[in-house]
Amino acid sequence: MDRGFQLLSMALAAFVAILLLAIVLTVFQGAREAMATFGTRFITTSSWDPVSNQYGAFVAIYGTLVTSLLSLLIAVPLGVGTAIFITEDLIPASMRNAIGLMVELLAAIPSVVLGLWAIFVMEPAIRPALQLLHRLLGWSPLFASEPQGPGMAPAILILVVMILPIITAISRDALNQVPLELRQGAYGIGTTRWGALFNIILPAAISSITGGVMLALGRAMGETMAVTMIIGNSLNFDISLLAPGNTIASMLANQFGEADGIQVSALMYAALILMLLTLVVNVAAQWIVRRLSLKY
Amino acid sequence: MSYTPVTYDNTPLFERRPLTFNPALTRNRFNAFCTALAAVFSTVAVLPLFLVIFYVLIQGGRLLSLKLFAELPPPPGLDGGGIGNAIVGTIVVTLVAALISIPIGVGGGIFLSEYSRNGWFAQAVRFANDVLSGVPSIISGVFVYGMIVATRVIAGQSYSAMAGGIALSVLMLPTVVKTTDEGLKLVPQELRWGAYGVGASKVVTILRITLPAAFTPIATGVVLAIARAAGETAPLIFTALFSPFWPEGIFSPIATMSVLIFNFAIMPYEAQNELAWAASFVLVIMILGANLLARWISKLARP
Repeated sequence: MDRGFQLLSMALAAFVAILLLAIVLTVFQGAREAMATFGTRFITTSSWDPVSNQYGAFVAIYGTLVTSLLSLLIAVPLGVGTAIFITEDLIPASMRNAIGLMVELLAAIPSVVLGLWAIFVMEPAIRPALQLLHRLLGWSPLFASEPQGPGMAPAILILVVMILPIITAISRDALNQVPLELRQGAYGIGTTRWGALFNIILPAAISSITGGVMLALGRAMGETMAVTMIIGNSLNFDISLLAPGNTIASMLANQFGEADGIQVSALMYAALILMLLTLVVNVAAQWIVRRLSLKY
Repeated sequence: MSYTPVTYDNTPLFERRPLTFNPALTRNRFNAFCTALAAVFSTVAVLPLFLVIFYVLIQGGRLLSLKLFAELPPPPGLDGGGIGNAIVGTIVVTLVAALISIPIGVGGGIFLSEYSRNGWFAQAVRFANDVLSGVPSIISGVFVYGMIVATRVIAGQSYSAMAGGIALSVLMLPTVVKTTDEGLKLVPQELRWGAYGVGASKVVTILRITLPAAFTPIATGVVLAIARAAGETAPLIFTALFSPFWPEGIFSPIATMSVLIFNFAIMPYEAQNELAWAASFVLVIMILGANLLARWISKLARP
């Protein structure tokens, strides 16, 4: 009985590792046909043509990287700023807890609901701002196209909403874990609150915050629904952020149901690339957190 | 013995500054500026939550009626109808996912915490679990499609509620394993020793002492995992698919609220868009309710 239970629980634990392997192998197996046909050309070409069966995922890979990195650029200052605001005793504890709770609840809103909101509320609301951007900065290729409905820019903004909670939560934990002695020491020699933050507290917490930012990057790259609903799912390459674009995840969501033959394999190939990207980012995040969290 | 008197000169060691707070100093201006900036950032961060909830309540609440829960969605172009099948479907698919992932996850967590806390195997499983929790949700859909839907291994069916439930369970599993592992680690060692001392075997100790002691954190984690799974769409689009009819068992395609929102939001018909808002209303209320329930559970533990 004792031995049996141990073996059972061991088998269930092993199941987790086996499941991860099975996911990698299934996607790899499905992608093999496309890998043999298209090779590395798949990553660098941007034709996605089910009629002539020519597939290249450059548009989607580019879109995945650009949307996730730009959303990170906006979300990191917002998230870390919020975390500082709710850890550093700037406002009463009840308000701090309320803001913390609200940010956590924001994480609980399903991505498809955020997508619905983005289509009908956010995108029409920000379109004048994007049009202004286009008029002012239309000379640069990044804003060269007239914003009309779905596009990369609204997708980036909705991604910011989605990864803000994770950055805030992890930064908050990181700031809370900074030893009290460090703060006291900093205040003791007469620094101001933000002097202490920038010179002592943030440097001490930076490793965990970086880990959290990496996790958020992984989340942003794999995020599907909200992005699919607002990015426009264009198969043509356009460097402008105001034009419709595509990501690997949204391409999968849109085409997988209706694909057959080598298109399925090409989609699996794209899924494999997405999985490798998120895997690298997540493992790096784990490594950063694990290696540097031992300091205190 | 000569005594040398201390001589004072007129150059002070420190520049004498008033000890009162002077807001005009650069450092204090900078301080105030940064604090204001952090306040603005926090406001921007919580603003989307209010806007989303506000619009979901306004747009979705308008349609709230008994009909919404009891009727099927109308064919494209027609008015009226409800989302009854999708509500049932979400419950069915989430239930399947919970029934699969909770036993496996709790069992795996027990092994990690109780049998092999720091062995290489446990560390490897923990690592795999962390990696698994970072796998994008759409990939779990692709995996279940390749493994189950395309091969038709379950009852000869391709798309089914079962396949959708399995895809969701892949997403739930890492959370359940992690919360069980962490929850059991928090149980004081004395409880286990006490049980062994009165002659209990390891299994009895785990099932009767350790696991009940860790019930609160585990239940919190499980409720949060279920809430997250209920809102997931990406893994369901090409596993559970969608159905305009009432559920026909777990081996057929099934409608879920999340897929309904996705399908109906991008349709050019007003009636469908409105049903998407109504489904969002029901889904958000369910999920926020589950989150608050989880908080309440975790508060029960801390007297």
